[in-house]
Order: sequence, then structure tokens, then C-alpha cells
Amino acid sequence: MNDTSSTSIKPLPDGMDGLTHDWASDQRAFKGVPWGKAMMWIFLLSDTFIFSIFLISYMTARWSTVVPWPNTSEVFSLTVAGVSVPLLLIAIMTFILITSSGTMAMAVRSGYQKKRKQTAILLLITAILGTSFVGMQAFEWTKLIMEGVRPWENPFGAPQFGSVFFMVTGFHGFHVSIGVLFLFINARKVWRGDYDTGKRGFFTWQKGRYEIVEALGLYWHFVDLVWVFIFAFFYLW
Amino acid sequence: MATEGQAHPISVYLKIWILLFVLSVFSYMVDFYQLQGWLRWSLILIFMFLKAGFIMAIFMHMVWERMALVVALLSPMVAVLVFIAIMGYESEYTQNSRDLFFDDGKPDKVWAVPHGAHKSDHNDGSHSTGEAH
Repeated sequence: MNDTSSTSIKPLPDGMDGLTHDWASDQRAFKGVPWGKAMMWIFLLSDTFIFSIFLISYMTARWSTVVPWPNTSEVFSLTVAGVSVPLLLIAIMTFILITSSGTMAMAVRSGYQKKRKQTAILLLITAILGTSFVGMQAFEWTKLIMEGVRPWENPFGAPQFGSVFFMVTGFHGFHVSIGVLFLFINARKVWRGDYDTGKRGFFTWQKGRYEIVEALGLYWHFVDLVWVFIFAFFYLW
Repeated sequence: MATEGQAHPISVYLKIWILLFVLSVFSYMVDFYQLQGWLRWSLILIFMFLKAGFIMAIFMHMVWERMALVVALLSPMVAVLVFIAIMGYESEYTQNSRDLFFDDGKPDKVWAVPHGAHKSDHNDGSHSTGEAH
């Protein structure tokens, strides 16, 4: 990638002037951003729309139904030592995802410091936390399916509850699973030193760089971000 | 290339991490203590937007990005908000229609339309009960 500031003599303006300057220049609009990261952001923007549409369809179903919506506090409660704790599993899943977001942020940071082993270990921890999240979600799905929740009916209330639950959490869980897969792949690559030597990837054939860890980090934080909205609107509301 | 990285002190990440934990505990407490009504909804939204904001701003480095990228990513959210407003209005209408016509077979409620113009035409027959379904 070429140096962007070499063509202009003056330093780049900031704020509104920076906005018009960057978009008006006949080069690339997103200055100081590796292309892979810019593309990841564009992808995440499109993904935002997908999850927005899911949550909006959930809102429409819930606001238009005349049958009472199931009480998620009770549906997702777990009985621990004879005491029913509301949303226990969901709370644990939330904390696991936030923890994994923290380790991911630190992996990005150590990646830019070229700390090979530290980055690989942090990526591995993130991947393991993500795996446990998916495992808990599988447990939750199993529990609800055993209790008779289906996409078309459920014993707790409005039938749309099942379809919304499986669609929204399923799509989110799929994102987590793909993220876990790429976390393991990247942890291996970092450990092997691909991003120090610039070894080309097996699929894209692009040179390995530590910027890739940041793009992966953006994806992982986005998965956490989506969970924040699902947790608020689907589980707590 | 070396200047393009995002390098920030680790204390920033740790502080945000702890903050996200605390905010998650708060939002869980909303359910645990079964707060209801406007208090519940506003607290859920406040904690949600705070968490989302911190994740985007710090973990995803948005506060350190140039405005061209930030605007490109955040301005399309207006379309989402418009869609929420449209579908909110639509679902309100759908529910009102269902309340009116998907009744459990009480004719007086089925025909309690504001106009009342066709009331005398249909309300005498017993089939109006069945028609509701």
C-alpha cells in the first residue's frame, strides 16, 4: 500500500474540512486505514443492516400480536440448588462474550507491538471463550427444544416467540462460530510467524500482516456489539 | 504501513472492559429485581447504548478513526431508524386490526368500528360470530 500523505504537502485537515477533503480527493477515501480493515468495516455495516432487520421484524411481531409474549425472565431461568435464577445462562454468556472482547482488544494491541507469542495466546483464549459461548447456546437451544419451543409454536405464549428466538440467536451464534473458526486459524498463523515473515495466505494469497488481527478484532467486537442489542431487546425487554 | 496501526495504552482497554462488566451487571439487575414499566425500558436502553457506544468507540477504535470513516459508517443508521419508525407504526395498525377483527367471538366488539355505518346490516345475524374467525 502506498503512503497517502506523500502527494499532499500540507498536513491533512481534521473534522468537517477533513471529511470533505478526504471524500473529494481523487485517491482513497479512508486514509490511514488498511484496505482489509476498510472492507471489514463495510462488511460489518451490511451485517448491521441484516441484524437490524431481524430485530425490527421481532419488534413488529411482538407489537402486533394479540397473544401475550412469553416472559423471557422465566423461560430462560435456570434452577441452581433448588433456586430459580432468572436469565442465569444468558448473563454468563454475556460476561463470557465481554471477556472475549477484552482479550481480543489486547490481542490486537500486542499484534501491533509485534509480540508474536502473546498475540497468538490471546487469540487462542478469545477462541476458547467463543467456543464456550457457542456451547452454552447449544445447551440453551436443546433445553428450549425439549420444552417444546418450535418456530411455529411454544407452550409459553405468542407463537412468533420461537421463530424470533431461533432466527436471531441462531444467526448470531452462526456469526460467533465463524469468528471462532477464524480466530483459531489466525492464532495458528500468528504462532507460526506468518505475520512477521509476510507469508501469503492459503486462500487470498495476500501477504500476512498484523493488520489482519485488527480486522478480525473488528468482526469479533461486532459480534459482541450485536449481542448487546439482542440481550437488551430479546432477553430483557 | 507501520504508522497505520492503532496503538493505545492497555489501561484504556482494561478500564473499558471493567466498565462493560459493570454495565452488564446493571442491566442484569434490571431483570433480577423485576423493575417494570418505563423505568425498566429506559434503564435497558441506557445501559445498552452505553455498552454499544464503548465497544464501538474504544474496542473498535472509532474515536481514533478519521471522520470520513466514522460518518460513512454511522450515517446509514438513519435508514435503520426510519425503518424502525415505519414498522412501529405498521405493527400498531396491525394490532389494532387484530383487536377489532380477531376477537374471541363477541359480536359487539367485532362490530365496534368507529363509523358504525354498517352495524345494522350485519349485526342481526348469528353468523357474525363465526365470521370473526
